[in-house]
Amino acid sequence: MNKSFKLEDGNFSGEIRMRIGVIAIQGDVSEHVHAVDNALSELGESSDIVEIKHSGIVPECDALILPGGESTTLGRLLLKEGISEEIKQAASAGIPIMGTCAGLILLAQRGDVQVAKTHQHLLGLMDTKVNRNAFGRQRESFETYMELPFLDSPYRAVFIRAPAIVDAGPDVEVLSKIDDKIVAARQSNILAFAFHPELTDDLRIHRYFLNMIREY
Amino acid sequence: MKLEDLRHGTELIKRGFAKMQKGGVIMDVTNADQARIAEDAGAVAVMALQAVPADIRKAGGVARMADPAIIAEIIDTVTIPVMGKARIGHFVEAEILEALGVDMVDESEVLTPADNKYHIDKTKFTVPFVCGARNLGEALRRINEGAAMIRTKGEAGTGDVSEAVKHMKKIMGEIRELAGKEKEELMMVAREIEAPIELVMETAEMQRLPVVNFAAGGIATPADAALMMRLGSDGVFVGSGIFKAEKPEQMASAIVEAVNNYDNPEILAEISKGIGAGMKGQSVDSIPDEQILQTRGW
Repeated sequence: MNKSFKLEDGNFSGEIRMRIGVIAIQGDVSEHVHAVDNALSELGESSDIVEIKHSGIVPECDALILPGGESTTLGRLLLKEGISEEIKQAASAGIPIMGTCAGLILLAQRGDVQVAKTHQHLLGLMDTKVNRNAFGRQRESFETYMELPFLDSPYRAVFIRAPAIVDAGPDVEVLSKIDDKIVAARQSNILAFAFHPELTDDLRIHRYFLNMIREY
Repeated sequence: MKLEDLRHGTELIKRGFAKMQKGGVIMDVTNADQARIAEDAGAVAVMALQAVPADIRKAGGVARMADPAIIAEIIDTVTIPVMGKARIGHFVEAEILEALGVDMVDESEVLTPADNKYHIDKTKFTVPFVCGARNLGEALRRINEGAAMIRTKGEAGTGDVSEAVKHMKKIMGEIRELAGKEKEELMMVAREIEAPIELVMETAEMQRLPVVNFAAGGIATPADAALMMRLGSDGVFVGSGIFKAEKPEQMASAIVEAVNNYDNPEILAEISKGIGAGMKGQSVDSIPDEQILQTRGW
């Protein structure tokens, strides 16, 4: 479902339409598009959701999502396509960005041995250090209910070969931990989750992100 | 939050794993060096094998699960997921692969079947499975047995993409035919294609397979990969096509980029330049019936 935007439909009854970009190079892109779309219709709002495979689109977006996928593949193609620099610029301009799983890795400044040995390209937008497969291989992948400070009841979180933040600077707000591993965090306009809010029908995290966009 | 409260191996986790592979290329590798090349090229996963399908075909005899030492070495080498092949119906090979830490098991017709009647009951495993299919009925039977991902069978080890095209078009066509049908009509379809009615109804409603659907079997060039994406594949497996090519590194990178740019012929032209010859291959027509792999599985 590709909701491509048209420049002429910028204004609807005086209201400015948001343009939300989902990085669509690889991974569970359509799941994020559906989740954002559903969260928006719940709120009775309409926005343009753009799938981004090439450079030139990021600068026109009001918010960005980095989906789950393989971080090595995503990093390599983000560089190759020239999207990487654009995301960094958008981030410094204060554009809200949400990364899930591989997205959490890409947002980090530093990585563990695993990240280093693959020469993983990192965007470096959060003052964090990540561990690529912090919980083990696929057989160790899990789901669990967890508390998040901005939700009033537990959230069903799905961790798939999930990474974790193992070290975070003072500007990083830790939203949730499993043992000593940080699995949800925010640093001003940047939001990162080690799990996949796009894989369940619970839209509360996407709704939280949409609220962030409105605040911006 | 304690680690003890965690649930493993649920349907959501298995199918979710496959979703993370979408838009990616999964490459066959037979040693650590090849695995490293695949990872550097941007593969989303590697399939650890004793020999690539073209060599399995050439060698003849009984093809079995790879030597666990090879698989373990590949697991230690790369950070991306590692998959392994088990013989159809050989649930012990699948258990061994799971014990080794393989991230997904391919119950594959490329190996000699161990059971001529039953496939593995994949619901009993914590790791997800991918299975081959040539048509919608076969795909839905595999999903009903617990497969979290489907791939076309194509004809492995040939470098001839025509069978993968045939199977993908067949599955897509059968899904389109379900659109607009009443429940009683769908029940009739379910009987005809020997698939569970619930899955037929789910497929009709979603207008796609309920799990991720990749192309496999004979993909040998960036153009082949892009062709399969144009036909609606969620991603591609490339078996012999990488390491039987003249320049594996270039071919691997080019196929990864082709999958991201599958709908742009100008970029595909650039990507396809100067990457060396593709695998020599063998047209499917020239292969005697008893050596055809895709008819394995039921």
